Amino acid sequence: MPAVSGNSLLPDAARAAIRESTARFPSGRQRSAVLDALRLAQDGNGGWLSVELMDAVAEELALPPIQVYEVATFYSMFEVRAVGRHCVSVCTNISCWLRGGRELLKHLENRLGISAGESTVDGRIFLKEEEECLAACTGAPMMMVGHCYHENVTPDEADRIVERLS
Amino acid sequence: MPDEGVRLTVNGRELEAAAGEMLIAVTDRAGIYVPRFCYHPKLSVAANCRMCLVDVAGAPKPMPACALPVTEGLEVETRSDRAIAAQRATMEFLLINHPLDCPVCDQGGECELQDLAMGFGRDISRFTEGKRAVPDPDLGPLVSTDMTRCIHCTRCIRFGEEVAGVQELGATGRSEHMEITTHVERSLKHELSGNVIDVCPVGALNNKPYRFTARAWEMSAHATVASHDCVGSALYAHVLRGRVRRIVPRENEAVNETWISDRDRFSCEGLYVEERLHKPLVRRDGRLMEVGWEEALAAAAAGLMRVAEEHGGEGLGTLVSPSATAEEGYLLRKLMSALGSANIEYRLRQRDFRSAATAADAPWLGTRFCEVESLDSLLLVGCDLRSEAPILAHRVRKAAMAGARVSYLDLAEREYLHPIGTRSVQPPRDWARALGPLAGRALKGRRRALWLGGLAVRHPAYGELLEAAAEAAAGAVLGHVTQGGNAAGLHLAGVIPGPADGNGAAGLNADRMSRVTLAGMVLMGVEPDLDCAAGAHEAIGGAGFLLALNPWVSPWLLSHADVLLPTATSLESSGTLVNGQMDWQSFAAAAPPPGMARPAWKVLRALADRLSLEGFGYADTDQVLAELRQRIERPAAASASTSHGASIDSRSLDDEEFATLELPMYSVDGLVRRSAPLQQAAAVQRAA
Repeated sequence: MPAVSGNSLLPDAARAAIRESTARFPSGRQRSAVLDALRLAQDGNGGWLSVELMDAVAEELALPPIQVYEVATFYSMFEVRAVGRHCVSVCTNISCWLRGGRELLKHLENRLGISAGESTVDGRIFLKEEEECLAACTGAPMMMVGHCYHENVTPDEADRIVERLS
Repeated sequence: MPDEGVRLTVNGRELEAAAGEMLIAVTDRAGIYVPRFCYHPKLSVAANCRMCLVDVAGAPKPMPACALPVTEGLEVETRSDRAIAAQRATMEFLLINHPLDCPVCDQGGECELQDLAMGFGRDISRFTEGKRAVPDPDLGPLVSTDMTRCIHCTRCIRFGEEVAGVQELGATGRSEHMEITTHVERSLKHELSGNVIDVCPVGALNNKPYRFTARAWEMSAHATVASHDCVGSALYAHVLRGRVRRIVPRENEAVNETWISDRDRFSCEGLYVEERLHKPLVRRDGRLMEVGWEEALAAAAAGLMRVAEEHGGEGLGTLVSPSATAEEGYLLRKLMSALGSANIEYRLRQRDFRSAATAADAPWLGTRFCEVESLDSLLLVGCDLRSEAPILAHRVRKAAMAGARVSYLDLAEREYLHPIGTRSVQPPRDWARALGPLAGRALKGRRRALWLGGLAVRHPAYGELLEAAAEAAAGAVLGHVTQGGNAAGLHLAGVIPGPADGNGAAGLNADRMSRVTLAGMVLMGVEPDLDCAAGAHEAIGGAGFLLALNPWVSPWLLSHADVLLPTATSLESSGTLVNGQMDWQSFAAAAPPPGMARPAWKVLRALADRLSLEGFGYADTDQVLAELRQRIERPAAASASTSHGASIDSRSLDDEEFATLELPMYSVDGLVRRSAPLQQAAAVQRAA
């Protein structure tokens, strides 16, 4: 048990939303709300989860911290280290790969001067390490910025998209 | 689960089972071996290793035996071509990432993966890609990690969640990146966490202090019994070249199931420390000198004779460790009686003996351990159960998880890993008065129990508390979570003050012996500054002649003892311990004591000889035990009584009288205190 309550780390709005989410599950099954809780916590923290934040979620849901770490590290949508403000993921799964997804990723790596999985020094852009199919094969190659889909992306278009990110 | 049986056929053999039982449990019972890694009879089914795949008639593909509930008419082949092919394929898959480092792995020779690889593995690997390497988390002083060897069976995770009651280890990441870890570097803190060493089927989690000290096949296993708490867990001591290298659990469903506490597993690290006494010491002109046994026994006998002649037997007092064997206690009692002394005691930390009930029958739990699991309600009074008797706490947890109402009355909040009915945190002086109303709320149902623990026994008005407990129990079983490994045995062996044979004078109890300075004191396995009630060592140290039988020296003993005789620990001596459910558990010595140290019963036999006492010609501890048990069957007419009148009122006591009720888990006796890994673990717990 942490000596100091970690709950000050969670914004009130996130805590309220977590409580609401927990209420949807039978009592004693609050573990089911951990995905929702982590998403809310990550959104309120610039796109990543610190250990302290995960501990706060664990305390809020009365779970052992390790059960929260397990979920946070299992899903690729959660980041457990500090990353750039905007998350850019280029799909390299089969349809996008056939339509130039790999080249698109390579182009962005060169353009931003980072490898996939890294963030730019100015903390602006995080290039997701590996993105699997996002179900937009009709518009391959595609990339996702934040939660926004961009389809039929050419290298020039990708440049314009990342330039617009502040 | 429905009760009706079903019939199934395995490898052409007709078997009967209860409907819904898992196939692997049925085949295990029938002696049909199915290979497995993740299945463990005491843990939930995970079915993730896939090693137990068997061929089921009518099923399109092989199915895991650990997750297959048996049904009427089920037909299974465990050795068909399809089953073997599936098992071999699983083995090949598991070995892809497993390092071939058996020669430098402590698990080598006792490894489930190694054994099964012999039966199911290919002789050459087809895997030419890179093997994965996994960083090793530091889990603290008790459990070593080599996580590259992990095969992800998740037994350790399930052990934490289901048995210990707190999940300390987890699986982070996924697929090839999955790791068993604490994620954030944390030491394992649970008092049963060492059991992950045994449940781990490979060399990923191992015994850290034992690491690289021996190979499994070089050692001999000796059955023995744990001496640190009233459970008396069944153990094997693994011995190489005359030294105990490690302790592992011995299965005994009636006592410890398959688990042991960390205290029982790692206390053996205190056996061969620098403080171990290898030679007798005798004080000459103020300085302790190493001498031979003849000289030491002569000095001990002369010292005792001198006190007995000058002051009579009443001038002699004796304190015995509550973990001494029944034979040791009985012999010392007999010897002191022969010298005319009735001042003998094993209840070292008890301070209040002012209730006739305290000297009545031998204290025990009042219940078999397995019956604890079916209690309806339990009230713990002044009992830090997880620390006092971790295995018993596990039984109580099982009861609580099954719906029993477990409550406690204590001086602080205790962290129990199960639902708690009523938490009553009260200053100890109010316990006796709080007990009645609390018991009314806490004790419900048909099978009720009220247990008094170590804090209660150390209470300065224990007599008052005991009487209140007896009244509050009102039909519930009144049990004692006794201290040390042999409270009941020593009680029955007469290691309590009473009328000495012949002269009838009442002896002094531990409290009296801590208040008056006697002319002579004998200590067996006792370090008064650490094993007795606070301040008692001052009176004891003032004795004109002090004889100590102990496996170790300590600064206090070195400055106060006149004769120090090196004795064996219970791992190095034959003897008998009586546990909290009154099992008489005898064992042989697992290893010889180091140096010139000898088992205490032999030392006492020799000492009686020097004192020219009759009736000490025992050939072995079995003869001592036989005599003791005969005595118990024909108890003396005058039963021992230490009552000194009406109980005292705790309200009249000063605050400081209540200051020393707590006793840390790893401070209970000399062996535990000298185990470096346990002391490190204690430091980790204090820091948390």
